[in-house]
Amino acid sequence: MRLAEHCYRSISSIRGPLVFVEKVFAARIGETVTLRAPDGTLLEGEVLKIDGQEVLVQVFGETSGLDLEKTSVTFHDAVKRAPLSRDCLGRIFNGAFEPLDGLPMFIPQRWEAVSGAPINPVAREYPREMIETGFSAIDGLNTLIKGQKLPIFSCAGLPAQQLVARILAQARLSGEGEFIVVFVALGLSYHEFSFFEQTLQQMPSRFVAFFNLAGEPVVERLLAPRLGLTVAEDLAFNHQMDVLVIVSDMTNYCDALREISTSREELPGRRGYPGYMYSDLASLYERAGRLRDRPGSVTMLPVLTMPEDDITHPIPDLTGYITEGQIVLSREMQQKGLFPPIDVLPCLSRLMQHGIGEGQTRGDHRQLANLLYQRYAKGRELRKLAAVVGEEGLLEEDQQILAFADRFEQRFVHQGEERRDIYASLDLGIELLKEFGMELS
Amino acid sequence: MKGVVTSISGATVCVDLRGLQLYDRVYVGHARLSGEVVHLEKQRTTVQVFEDTHGLSVGEPAEGTRAPLTVALGPGLLGGIYDGLQRSLPGLQEQSGAFIRTTRPLPSIDLEKRWEFIPSKRVGDAIVKGEVYGSVREGHLAHPLYATLTGELVKVAAGDVCLAEPLLTLKGGEQQYGWQDWPVRRPRSGGQKRPAERPLITGQRCIDFLFPLLKGGVAIIPGGFGTGKTVLEQTIAKFADTDVVVYVGCGERGNEMAGLLSEFRELQDADGRPLLERTIIVANTSNMPVAARESSIFTAVTMAEYYRDMGYDVLFLADSLSRWAEALREISSSLEEIPGEEGYPTYLGSRLASFIERAGVVETASGKSGSLSMILAVSPPGADFSEPVTQACLRSAGAFYLLDTSLAHSRHFPAINWTQSYSLFAERGSAFFRQQVAESWPQLQRRCREILQQEEALREVVEVVGMEGLQDRDRLLMHAAERVRRDFLCQNSFSADAYATPQQTLERISAIVERYDQALQQLDAGTLLSEILKGQDDAAG
Repeated sequence: MRLAEHCYRSISSIRGPLVFVEKVFAARIGETVTLRAPDGTLLEGEVLKIDGQEVLVQVFGETSGLDLEKTSVTFHDAVKRAPLSRDCLGRIFNGAFEPLDGLPMFIPQRWEAVSGAPINPVAREYPREMIETGFSAIDGLNTLIKGQKLPIFSCAGLPAQQLVARILAQARLSGEGEFIVVFVALGLSYHEFSFFEQTLQQMPSRFVAFFNLAGEPVVERLLAPRLGLTVAEDLAFNHQMDVLVIVSDMTNYCDALREISTSREELPGRRGYPGYMYSDLASLYERAGRLRDRPGSVTMLPVLTMPEDDITHPIPDLTGYITEGQIVLSREMQQKGLFPPIDVLPCLSRLMQHGIGEGQTRGDHRQLANLLYQRYAKGRELRKLAAVVGEEGLLEEDQQILAFADRFEQRFVHQGEERRDIYASLDLGIELLKEFGMELS
Repeated sequence: MKGVVTSISGATVCVDLRGLQLYDRVYVGHARLSGEVVHLEKQRTTVQVFEDTHGLSVGEPAEGTRAPLTVALGPGLLGGIYDGLQRSLPGLQEQSGAFIRTTRPLPSIDLEKRWEFIPSKRVGDAIVKGEVYGSVREGHLAHPLYATLTGELVKVAAGDVCLAEPLLTLKGGEQQYGWQDWPVRRPRSGGQKRPAERPLITGQRCIDFLFPLLKGGVAIIPGGFGTGKTVLEQTIAKFADTDVVVYVGCGERGNEMAGLLSEFRELQDADGRPLLERTIIVANTSNMPVAARESSIFTAVTMAEYYRDMGYDVLFLADSLSRWAEALREISSSLEEIPGEEGYPTYLGSRLASFIERAGVVETASGKSGSLSMILAVSPPGADFSEPVTQACLRSAGAFYLLDTSLAHSRHFPAINWTQSYSLFAERGSAFFRQQVAESWPQLQRRCREILQQEEALREVVEVVGMEGLQDRDRLLMHAAERVRRDFLCQNSFSADAYATPQQTLERISAIVERYDQALQQLDAGTLLSEILKGQDDAAG
């Protein structure tokens, strides 16, 4: 046991973001270190592996400028922690928790390890209250529930960022409580960054934002979501707030994970992603939730881009296995000019069943959602059939359903600039069904 | 045995202890994190740690126990909620709050709880290892206690006892306690294995009718994400006609476990007792340590075997075995073993097979018959069933319930694909139902399959010519098949229809088949198709 900082000048090798240090006394796994480059630049890092007196350090930040002889490494005898305080509200930080908004850093009330601790399953409260996003396709058919983790699966070139910005600006809590958005942006281009910066400036509800730009260090991409979640947990469970964490884009996170894994010479798994990617993603997503007998909640809305539009790619696949459903954007809907371009069929919200209906949204919600979905699914099936046999080959009632599917996309899914509250969405659904002579029994 | 930590990489820790055996339990660090030996070399011993190693340092102490990872077996397991190392989760919550942090050791069973002990032996009697010496009442079950010692009794407790006290004292001073430790990786051998004969009634029409499972049999449920594996497993856990249910949430979602727990506290079985009282839950969610996830299924199956050996029917449900296999892969790769297919270690198949072999029917020493059945969910990446875990399971399992993504997308639940699923127990199962429920069971089963098969063929025709192009007889068949799918195979887990007795199952399918036969007759008699269909829909309500 040592309770002091140690400083070494014994780096044996540097490989990308990984630095090997020799002759270190009693380093700890996960301990934070500071590296001072010959030109005085300070970098942070974390101990990944210890073999006797040789220590492997992962550096957050750009390692160019480090050398073997003059660079010094200080071990701090503490694991990586995040500064926490209510004062972080309304602020914008980078992936290393440094202010980007020109204001001075706040004074932390406490520090907490960024890796977090798993919530004891018996201490969890089952999520039951909805968060209104203002989009019918989500609120009506795939309701987001407080404490849920519901990812958005997007394809390259689809307006996922616009959708996120709209949700950032217009999400509301159905009940009472203080509602906060924590926004973590990973690997954004400057163009996207300025877009989000503007969105945040106009936001009515309060927020905390972490921005890691495309040109910034890869390792910080792994750190930023953990900082965001640690802040979210603090605000939720120590300050009784309902926190919505939006992380965009998880594909950049996974690619960073692969990059680091490869430089550590680990055995690659599917498509070169490390074998522990499932557990690693779970250590982020599973931090969403609610606690029994305690107010506050952490809800997660990660956004990811499916490479080659492939939903079976490891990133969406593993994500789908951890999260409670998914919202899927599709190119086909985009080409039809719909916004949001949500393809309702592969979407799912696993927690919806218990979060809607009498007392939560409205008594007819469940039945309405089921009927809309069924009819639309049938319509999509018929659309394929009609492409082969022509509409005339269909039964008359089937032609009706086909027309309904088109109308459903144009009226219900598509909403452009409009924000609909949950009742407007439900009423619209009923109206649509009526138009085609389909009624709730 | 004491030593120090020499190197650390994630959860893989090397220590300088000598003379340990493979799978011996080791405590490392000041925090006494528990782990087990996975590699032995002359110079060093590699330990896989079951807990988060953040903050661990080289030079910290390590202690070997010369005993493998064990679970405590005794009265009081029912209703328990444990992690993968059999630590009580409510106990952990009391100790460290809502978040799991490194903790002091926790007893797995409550040794202070009072039990009413009825001995069946008296002072002066001799007992033999494996013999019953008395029993306590645990919830709805009589819990017989088996001797682990042999000798003559000099003292016998009776009435109000707790497990911390010995129940029997033998000549020579040896003491028999009401609980015991058992190594999780060693199968319990409670008696003679027997072939499976009686069906396990799940209450799911599709399973009970088309693909029955026997008590002592093993079924796997592979399905991509969103196909309803968890809902199906949990529904079966609620309604299956077994005495004890062991449910393992292995690397799955925390919220799901919370939902399961709250439901099981509220829901009651046929006798009005909370379901939790017949259930043991092992929860190792995906963000809890990987090594404990690997051990969780062994911890759970050992507890299941314990109740089986008393002559009870036990159902073991795991969600999901793929997460277990992935944990195995993570551990294997951190040990730098040579990977096999898709990075899984080459011993995946043999380890899985020996695990699945722990299921079966057993005749106990006292002549009772106990069974351990398994229903194992598998989550194939990208819903590709050719991956190693599904394939390895297929080699050992007797029933295969394939969950179909396209069925799930059309909200057909349970999304069991009826053309690709199978059950090797089908014949035995339907022979039983024929005897117990109705003579017509196998025949109706055949009809049902025929209708579904013919529909499959006709669908291809419809894709070319459209529904209008079909002949009337074929349209009737399509109509009947839709009824079978929608009114019989579909079953909403969130409604009163979540459970169907075999009798109800039979009534429902025979009504559908009967209406179809009537319609065929009407058609032959010259009635118009549109009128028949209208009449059919009215009759079906």
